[in-house]
Amino acid sequence: MNNHENDKELQALLKQALPPVQDTELQRDLWPQMLRRLDERQLHVPWFDWVLAAATAVALVIFPGAIPALLYHL
Amino acid sequence: MELLERFAAGDLDAFEALFRQHQREVYGWIVRIVRDSGAAEDLTVETFWRIYRARDRFDATGNFRAWARRIATNAALDHLKRVRPETELVDDFPSPPGGDPAIGSELRRHITRAFLELPAKYRLVATLALIEEEPYNEIAEAVGISVALVKVRIFRAVRMLRKKLNFLRAEVKAK
Repeated sequence: MNNHENDKELQALLKQALPPVQDTELQRDLWPQMLRRLDERQLHVPWFDWVLAAATAVALVIFPGAIPALLYHL
Repeated sequence: MELLERFAAGDLDAFEALFRQHQREVYGWIVRIVRDSGAAEDLTVETFWRIYRARDRFDATGNFRAWARRIATNAALDHLKRVRPETELVDDFPSPPGGDPAIGSELRRHITRAFLELPAKYRLVATLALIEEEPYNEIAEAVGISVALVKVRIFRAVRMLRKKLNFLRAEVKAK
């Protein structure tokens, strides 16, 4: 048996084991899921914002005298 | 302004219109690669999320369908790389009961396992070419490689599969 025939045989075996997908029809509208994904990303806070907030909180605990100054500048 | 121009400018209504126009086709392409309807739905949303994020880079005079298919193929490839074969053996689209009786369930399981163990980039191309029988030029366009490289990947995938299945060949001939 030559290589080409071997390949054909292998392809036939493969298609028996994993037949082509027949049902490729989408069963539902995915737009609501897409909207949720877009909303999630809009609400996502970057990690450096959390680091900044944590650093500010730590600084205020160590230097409570800075709180009035911070409030004045806000 | 045209729909694609409005999309590229960040108009959400234009994005929704494109999503509704193309979601079925994108899903249909992905499900044939990943063979899992749930994962294909998630990957369709992931594809459109990537499309939305990259809208600034989209050429409004270009082919949205081809661009979407390329991004969908990349998302599917990432999924194949991420999901380990051991956890992926549950196939949403099992063999029909009227399949060739010469091919036993044990052999079918071995072939499936061998195929799932192929490196993702070879598996993707082999799935589209050998199982789904997509034209090489369409695979090349979707993957973003030349037709010659598609042929090379198929050749290598077949060689790897043949290696894995060599010990089964005698069993197949005996049946």
